[in-house]
Amino acid sequence: MTTMLNVKDLRAYYGQVQALHGLSFSLSEGSLTTLLGANGAGKTTTLRAICNMVRSTGAVEFEGKPIGNRSTENVVRLGIAHVPQGRGTFTNMTVEENLQLGAITRGDKKNIVADIERMYDHFPVLKQRYTQQAGTLSGGEQQMLAVARALMLRPRLMLLDEPSFGLAPLVVRDLFRILGKINREDKVTILVVEQNAQLALELADQAYVIETGRIVMSGNAKDVANNEDVRKSYLGY
Amino acid sequence: MELFANQVLAGIATGAIYACMALAVVMIYQAIDHLNFAQGEMAMFSTFMSWQMMQWGVPYWGAFILTVILSFAGGILIERLLFKPLAKAPVLTNVAGFIALFAIVNSVAGLIWDFTIKQYPTPFGSSPFLGSQLISTHQAGMVGVTLLLLAGLYFFFQFTRIGLAMRAAASLPESARLVGINTSWMIALGWGMASAIGAIAGMLIAPVVFLEPNMMGGVLIYGFASAVLGGLSSPLGAVIGGFLVGVFENLAGTYIPGVGNELKLPIALALIITVLVVKPAGLFGRPIVKRV
Repeated sequence: MTTMLNVKDLRAYYGQVQALHGLSFSLSEGSLTTLLGANGAGKTTTLRAICNMVRSTGAVEFEGKPIGNRSTENVVRLGIAHVPQGRGTFTNMTVEENLQLGAITRGDKKNIVADIERMYDHFPVLKQRYTQQAGTLSGGEQQMLAVARALMLRPRLMLLDEPSFGLAPLVVRDLFRILGKINREDKVTILVVEQNAQLALELADQAYVIETGRIVMSGNAKDVANNEDVRKSYLGY
Repeated sequence: MELFANQVLAGIATGAIYACMALAVVMIYQAIDHLNFAQGEMAMFSTFMSWQMMQWGVPYWGAFILTVILSFAGGILIERLLFKPLAKAPVLTNVAGFIALFAIVNSVAGLIWDFTIKQYPTPFGSSPFLGSQLISTHQAGMVGVTLLLLAGLYFFFQFTRIGLAMRAAASLPESARLVGINTSWMIALGWGMASAIGAIAGMLIAPVVFLEPNMMGGVLIYGFASAVLGGLSSPLGAVIGGFLVGVFENLAGTYIPGVGNELKLPIALALIITVLVVKPAGLFGRPIVKRV
């Protein structure tokens, strides 16, 4: 399998504070990978560093091309959709406008309408609310909208930052089921950062565990799930 | 009763001036979240440019359109050169920048065109409008242009992709970047549009207040008052606010003893403060609904 994203020796800084200490990992095309770790381990920073939203050094390659010098919007234009923590919903715009914004860089206007319909198929609840201000949606609905907005880019790679945060367990299950479907059917490579390790490991095929800005474990998701340390620290049994 | 009706009509006529200026104020506020204190001076400078073109023999509408285009480009240039480097600076630094721009533009205009008052032509004529002595065809034309401008802006922001991108960049810059919007250029575009709208306002106001480097001083304060009253986030609110301020100012001058002409300006300032205390979002500012 070809490598879609290759990260080498990634170091990130917030002012004087170093948050990542030389992180290296890679994602193969079509994979669904999860990045696990405790609070403050550097999961969010990793995603932000890939999109150049924090000051960082190291090499990040997307489909063989270095992207470290690109501005955030130019990283996105390559087909890397980032669903940020807190969802980044345009709360004072309608659901439909949010979806259109997801496709704002695309030149193929004709397909956008069809893609919005596809999103409504994936997430029927959005269809019922398409004229509603996005800020009035429930947390789960907003997360659906954030994922749908990211998909409107027709991304090659999707980065998700704690999609389960603050959602009811049933809603999380539903969301993860859809993520799996998107990964399989639309061939979108997915990197999902999670605190809900159990669910993330069920869904993913690859897993990395990160502690204080370093990768401490990597491998097949099943093997990682069976590892005793991971079980104790992240799965709680 | 007739006095009242007449004063309202005259108020709407002056209100059109404020509405036009308020539109430019709202435009820039949407793009950069600040009030541009140099907005009026930029508009004045644009108006002088159009005057100069007419002196050189360019017909009115030719000069009008050229000025709008040049002002648009000028607004973008000012943003790129002066305010882009200040994008991450504290608010007060920006305010200092606006005031510097105010002083520079004002003096340069004085240097080039001196401070004597100049006549400025109107394309609508200045005969009484529909037989009324209180509102001239020029003022009626101004109301018309303001409403046209408003409709155009509404269409732009609601129905074009670039309008949508501009709104997104203004409300949540980080999220906008994450959908691939170049927010920095959206801000520059906002400056260009505000500058162009200001130019239109200036060219429409000049026949009423006469052309000179300080012509926009009072007008800009009324423009701020109108924008605050209508809601800084709403172009429609800014226009309605402009008309309301015009009418209110006239009625207060007529009916409140002791106000007269001299105290009209404090009324605008009192209005700003009252609105900020009682209803900070303004009459039409969209209160953002948030779920926590």
